[in-house]
Amino acid sequence: MKSPLIAPLALLAATWLAAAPAAAETVAIVNARLETAAAAGTIPSGAIVLKDGKIIAVGAGVTAPAGARVIDARGGVVTPGLIAASTNLSVSEVSAVRETQDDGSGRLTAGFDVSYGVNPDSTMIPLARQSGVTRGVVTPELTRGGAGHKDDSGADDFAGGGGGAAAEPGMFAGQAAIISLAAGDTDPVEKARVAVGLDLGEAGARNAGGSRGAALVLVRAAFEDARAFARNRAAYDRGATREFGLSRVDLEALIPVVEGRTPLLIRVHKASDIRQALRLAREEKVKIILEGAEEGWRVAGELAAAGVPVIVDSQADLPSAFEALGSRLDNAARLQAAGVTVAIMGARDFNNLRQARFNAGLAVANGLPREAAMATLTSNVAKIWGMTGVGSLVVGQTADVVLWTGDPLETSTWPVAVFIGGVEQPQSSRAFELRDRYATPSTTGYPPAYR
Amino acid sequence: MTSRLKAALAATATAALLAACATTGATAAKPAPAGATKTMPAGLDPAARPDPFPSTYAALPSRPTAIRGATVLTATGQQIENGVVVFAEGKIVAVGGPETVIPEGMTIIDGRGKWITPGVIDAHSHLGVYPSPGVSSRSDGNEMTDPVTANVWAEHSIWPQDPGFNRARAGGVTTLQILPGSANLFGGRSVTVRNVPSVTMQGMKFPGAPYGLKMACGENPKRVYGGKGRSPATAMGNVAGYRKAWIDAAEYGRKWDDYRAKIAKGDKADPPKRDLGLDTLVGVLKGEILVQNHCYRADEMAVMIDIAKEFGYRISMFHHASEAYKIGPLLAKEGICFATWADWQGFKMESYDGIEANAAIAYRAGACTVIHSDDETITQRLNQEAAIAMAAGNRIGLAITPAEAIAWITLNPARAMGIDGQTGSLVAGKRADVVIWSADPFSVYAQAEKVFVDGALVYDRRDPRYQPKSDFELGQPGEGAFHP
Repeated sequence: MKSPLIAPLALLAATWLAAAPAAAETVAIVNARLETAAAAGTIPSGAIVLKDGKIIAVGAGVTAPAGARVIDARGGVVTPGLIAASTNLSVSEVSAVRETQDDGSGRLTAGFDVSYGVNPDSTMIPLARQSGVTRGVVTPELTRGGAGHKDDSGADDFAGGGGGAAAEPGMFAGQAAIISLAAGDTDPVEKARVAVGLDLGEAGARNAGGSRGAALVLVRAAFEDARAFARNRAAYDRGATREFGLSRVDLEALIPVVEGRTPLLIRVHKASDIRQALRLAREEKVKIILEGAEEGWRVAGELAAAGVPVIVDSQADLPSAFEALGSRLDNAARLQAAGVTVAIMGARDFNNLRQARFNAGLAVANGLPREAAMATLTSNVAKIWGMTGVGSLVVGQTADVVLWTGDPLETSTWPVAVFIGGVEQPQSSRAFELRDRYATPSTTGYPPAYR
Repeated sequence: MTSRLKAALAATATAALLAACATTGATAAKPAPAGATKTMPAGLDPAARPDPFPSTYAALPSRPTAIRGATVLTATGQQIENGVVVFAEGKIVAVGGPETVIPEGMTIIDGRGKWITPGVIDAHSHLGVYPSPGVSSRSDGNEMTDPVTANVWAEHSIWPQDPGFNRARAGGVTTLQILPGSANLFGGRSVTVRNVPSVTMQGMKFPGAPYGLKMACGENPKRVYGGKGRSPATAMGNVAGYRKAWIDAAEYGRKWDDYRAKIAKGDKADPPKRDLGLDTLVGVLKGEILVQNHCYRADEMAVMIDIAKEFGYRISMFHHASEAYKIGPLLAKEGICFATWADWQGFKMESYDGIEANAAIAYRAGACTVIHSDDETITQRLNQEAAIAMAAGNRIGLAITPAEAIAWITLNPARAMGIDGQTGSLVAGKRADVVIWSADPFSVYAQAEKVFVDGALVYDRRDPRYQPKSDFELGQPGEGAFHP
């Protein structure tokens, strides 16, 4: 386990592996449009210098230092590495193959720790890097509830799958983790237990046996138990406390939440449910981050006043459920205009992380200012998740940097170079190997397996 | 696209259209063979009323219109700068450069800075059958009670008030093929609809469009039925199931042929008992119903092609086709279209080899390429889905242009659905299904500004009078939510 910002450790890990990408070198990317996602905004033409895993210079007047490897961007765009705001990347390889799924809480509730299942060999990590993603927040799901996976055969095909839940599954999805996507990193977990997940709304009601009132009472009761447990550990160990609704490990995980040190990641959609989430935070004195928030625009002022950030999928515009009747394409724009810190996600699914940047483009088409859109993929995500030192092109920050062929929110562009902690990442991925095997007809008479 | 493929597709489409046209129309039900009508109601004879739920679609009111000054993608390979598109009485009158003559009396739309394409066609949609909101009482897309449900028709599950139709229209979608789900080997008949608001399903039905038959390869049928301890439980069980059904269909068709031959000779004969499922399969064997085959893997597509040859039918299109890039030349040779997403992959083993360049590679191998949605969100931005697929090809130097790729969401799906004689490209005489985009439609920032179906303005992003709402959305917090 390492802190996100101890770059030397990351460098060490990278250099230590012979097969890993080249160690951090001094690199200057010149003749680039710099989208800093910071106070400097967008710099139409300039350069950025990466050294010892950090950004050491960025701006219009910057030139390449002696000895630096110089990359001429030829007018391409440099952005901070994108940060997946909520994903199952690295804990899910094939949705329909149960054995490759490690994002469900299983027998636990708040105590589930997704970080233990992070798979650095997931073929989806290199694919995500090819979407410009350099870090991600791996978020858990409650095994009994949750939305399940989108299926091509119709919504009900996986119905009745469920399974594996404990008799008393509780309400909490477990604890999230921040990962790095650096190639060759055998321990990609930057920080574990960064939040505890919770579904409210329809999923929360379902988890509680059928209604919202039950869900919120259970959640508040769990907080009360966690506080009582924290005050009386010794008595608990002697068996001298009243009975608690959750197991010891689940209560342990809630202590930093009720103490306001670790946020709750609340998946919630409807305006009235969002208000209940705000009230819960206020009354229980817990920090919250919202995910989904399709009707967030209806309570944007309240969210801004409470300083509660949101993670949205800006494609959501259908009344897909009774809790999402007010979904709008300009949700992100309205939230941002009201002063809410907004992050934009693609699909939660590992295999659609590329969608995040196009979703930001879609939000721009629906009113989000262009510079704000870049922040929804980078600096805002870092801010929401308490990741210091990443998410913008600022001197002293970790050199997570992506060079794009053009506007990174456009469908027609791709990353030409991805740096994580100053180390240029390989371009290869399983998908690219498949592509290259079949892109041109074989001329040898041998099957593609020989290529 | 090879010329051979074009010819093959055109021939099939024409045959299918003729077959369908010959039997459609509210007043033109083909008379049953002599002797049959006297003895049984029409519903007992598959030939008596092959179109028992006829289209009542009528084009909405329109004005003769000319759009000038726009960049026009015709979907026939042309990109016209400063172009002109003229339509009147529901049909395209002229498409050309700035010199194109605009007749008197036209409503003129200034298209400067805009792009014009044919109406987008989504060849794989579950709108109406899996509507929003997604509640179990409206989950009508998969008749998961038997692996062979060729007897069900998707049109009988369509809820026309699905707000998804309105969202899709705001994304430029003018025609959709609504399919049953893929739980079954034979999922039932698909139906092609015009994307216009309608109180009834019949009011949306595309007049004269052939029916499709949804078939499904792979993991879904064997998971659904294997999980119930029934066949198919394996891939080989799937194939045995397809073959048995075609054998049954051939026997059924022969019984009706024998019966009709006897009646024609004046002999007495008892009509066979009508079987709705086998009717549909026989429709495929006769070339009247087009096979729309959900199939991901290259090897499974190759098996399905052999089954089609074994029983004498044609596969119109493979849907999803995540591994089309492995068999592009085979698809081209067989004249079978494939429809896929840009890169949705990895959600099950049969999509694990999906790649972003799938469409582009198979396209360059000559296969008829379609980008579909299978999704109520993606359908709203098929232009961008095609753009992502095009960019993936261009990243490896395939040099695919917008003038080519626009056909992936217009003319090619029209071909695979047997309606390319009527729509799918901007060609004089075709239905005036037209979209005016705010920018290059392959840009993430592009929005459909005006959408015309049969020359009628059905959506206008700037004019609330042309922003229809579903009954369901009235009085709800999201009313009109997709408008600025």
